[in-house]
Amino acid sequence: MKISLWVRAVALGALAFLYLPMLAVALFSFNKTRYGLAWGGFTWDWYLRLFQNEAILEATRNTFLLAIISTLLATFLGTLFALGMERHPWGRRFRSFLENVLYLPVVTPDLILAAALVVALGFLRALSGLFEPGLLTMVIGHVTFQVAFVALVVGSRLRSLPRELDEAARDLYATYTQYLRRVLFPLLLPGIVAGAMLAFTLSLDDFVISFFTAGPTSQTLPLIIYASTRRGITPEIHAISTLIFLLTVLLVLSAERLTRRSA
Amino acid sequence: MGRVLVWYGELTTASSLARRGLLLLLPGLLWLLVFLVIPGLLLIPLSFAERGPFGEVVWTFSLENYRRLLGFGVLGFSLDNLMALLRTLWVALVTTFICVLLAYPIAFYIRAQEGGRRYLLLALVIIPFWTNLVIRTYAWQLLLAPEMPLARLLAALGLVEPGMALFPSAFAVYLGMVSAFLPFMVLPLYSSVERLDQSLVEAVQDLYGGPWRAFVHGVLPQTLPGLTVGVILTFIPAMGMFVVPDLLGGAKHLLVGNLIQQAFYTMRDWPYGAALSLVLVLMTLVALRLYRRYGKEVDLA
Repeated sequence: MKISLWVRAVALGALAFLYLPMLAVALFSFNKTRYGLAWGGFTWDWYLRLFQNEAILEATRNTFLLAIISTLLATFLGTLFALGMERHPWGRRFRSFLENVLYLPVVTPDLILAAALVVALGFLRALSGLFEPGLLTMVIGHVTFQVAFVALVVGSRLRSLPRELDEAARDLYATYTQYLRRVLFPLLLPGIVAGAMLAFTLSLDDFVISFFTAGPTSQTLPLIIYASTRRGITPEIHAISTLIFLLTVLLVLSAERLTRRSA
Repeated sequence: MGRVLVWYGELTTASSLARRGLLLLLPGLLWLLVFLVIPGLLLIPLSFAERGPFGEVVWTFSLENYRRLLGFGVLGFSLDNLMALLRTLWVALVTTFICVLLAYPIAFYIRAQEGGRRYLLLALVIIPFWTNLVIRTYAWQLLLAPEMPLARLLAALGLVEPGMALFPSAFAVYLGMVSAFLPFMVLPLYSSVERLDQSLVEAVQDLYGGPWRAFVHGVLPQTLPGLTVGVILTFIPAMGMFVVPDLLGGAKHLLVGNLIQQAFYTMRDWPYGAALSLVLVLMTLVALRLYRRYGKEVDLA
C-alpha cells in the first residue's frame, strides 16, 4: 500500500515527539554541569553516584520489593480467579457480575481507584489499628489493580485451551490435583507468565496508587522523582530515570518475544 | 445431592462444581470487594457526609460538598471549581481529538512497512506506553526549560519572553497529555487499520471521492471498533489525570484530578474528595454515553 508524503511526515514526527523527552533526559544524565542546563562535557559520574545515594538505593529496593511481592500475590489470586470463572458452569448473571468486577479496575481512572483505596484503608485502620501507610498498604493497592489484569490474561489463555485435553486427563483417571499439576498448569504457564509480567510492569509503572498509599519509610523511585520535581531535579534523577527507561525497554521487548514464541 | 453431570471429562455434580468454583473465586473476589467495590460504593454516602475538625468523617446528610463544588465556598461564590470541571472536559476532549489526528497517520505508516520493521515500530509505540508517567512528564519540563532550543526559538520569534520557561502553561499541559496518551490511541487503532480492506477505500476513490470522502466512507466505518477502544482508553484516564497538570499546568490550569488529589492528600477532606470523584465519574460516563450514541450514527452512515 502506498502512503502519501504527509502521512509519513506526521507519523515520523509523532514518533519523534514520543521519544524527544526521554532522549533529552538521557542526554542530560551524561552532562557534567550539576546546576542548570549548560553542556559541560560528558561524564558517567551521575550513574556512579547513584550507588552512594542512600535515598535512591532504598527507593530502588522498595520499588522492586513492592513489584515482586504484589506481582506474586496478584498472580496467585488472579490465576485462581480465572480458573474459578472459566472452568465452572456459572449462570449468565453471575458470570457477567464476575466480568464487571474484573473490568472495574481496568476502566476506572487510577485516581478514583486511589480514592477508593484511601477510604478502604482508612476505615480498616480505624477498625483494626493496622494498615499504617507503608509497604503493606502499597502492596494492597498494587494487587488491587493487578489482579484483574492477571485474571483477564490467564482467562483468555484458558478459553483458548481445547476441552479435549481436560477430558483426556480425566478419562485416564487423573484426580483434580493431578490434573491441575500435570496437565492444566503446564499448558497454562505461558498465560500465567504473561499475566505476571504485565502485573510486574504495571507495578513498576505506577505512580498514582503508590502516591496515595505510601508511608514515609516506603518511598519508591517514581515517588522520589516526583518529589524532586519540587525540590529541584538533579542529574542523578536523570540517570535513574534513564535506567528505569532502559529496564522498561528490556521488559517490553522480552515480553514481546515471549508472547510471539508461545503464540 | 444435585444433578450428576460430566464437565470437562469430570463426573461430578452441579453443587460440588459450584462449591469448588466459589472456593477458587473467593480470595480474589473478596479482595476486589473489600478494597475496590465496597469503598467505591462508599464514596456515595461519603459525599454527603462532612469533614470533622481533625479530618475525620462526620456522618450526616448534607449537600454542603456539592454546594462547595459548584463554587459556593466560605468566601462566597467563585467560578474556579466550575471552570476546573469544564476545563477538564475540554482538555480531555482536545487531547483525545489530537491523539486521533496523530494516530491515524502512525497506524497507516506502520501498516505500510515490511514485517520486521513493522514489529520494530509497534515496539516503539508500546515502550512509551509502559514508561513511567512521572518520568515522561518531568522530561517535558526539561525540554520546555528556557535554555532549551524550543523556548529559544519561540523567544527569537518574539512569541514568548526571552529566558522564560514554556511551562507552566496550557500549551505544556496539552503536550504532556498528548504524549502520555498517544500510545493508548495508536495501539487499538492499529489493530483495526491492519485489517482494513483497501478495496472499499479504492471504491470511494473510483467514484471520484476526494481524500476526505475516502476517509469518512472508506476508512472510518472499517476502523470504528479500534477507534472506539482508543477513544475510551484515552478519554477516561485523561479525565482523571493529575500528574500532567500538576507538573506542567500550575495553579492556573487545575483540573478536577488536581482538586481530588488536594482533597484526599493535602486537605484530608474525604467527603469533599468523594463528591469530586463522583462528579468526575458521572461526567466521564455521560460523555462516553454521548460518544456511543454519536458513534452509532457514524456507523450507519
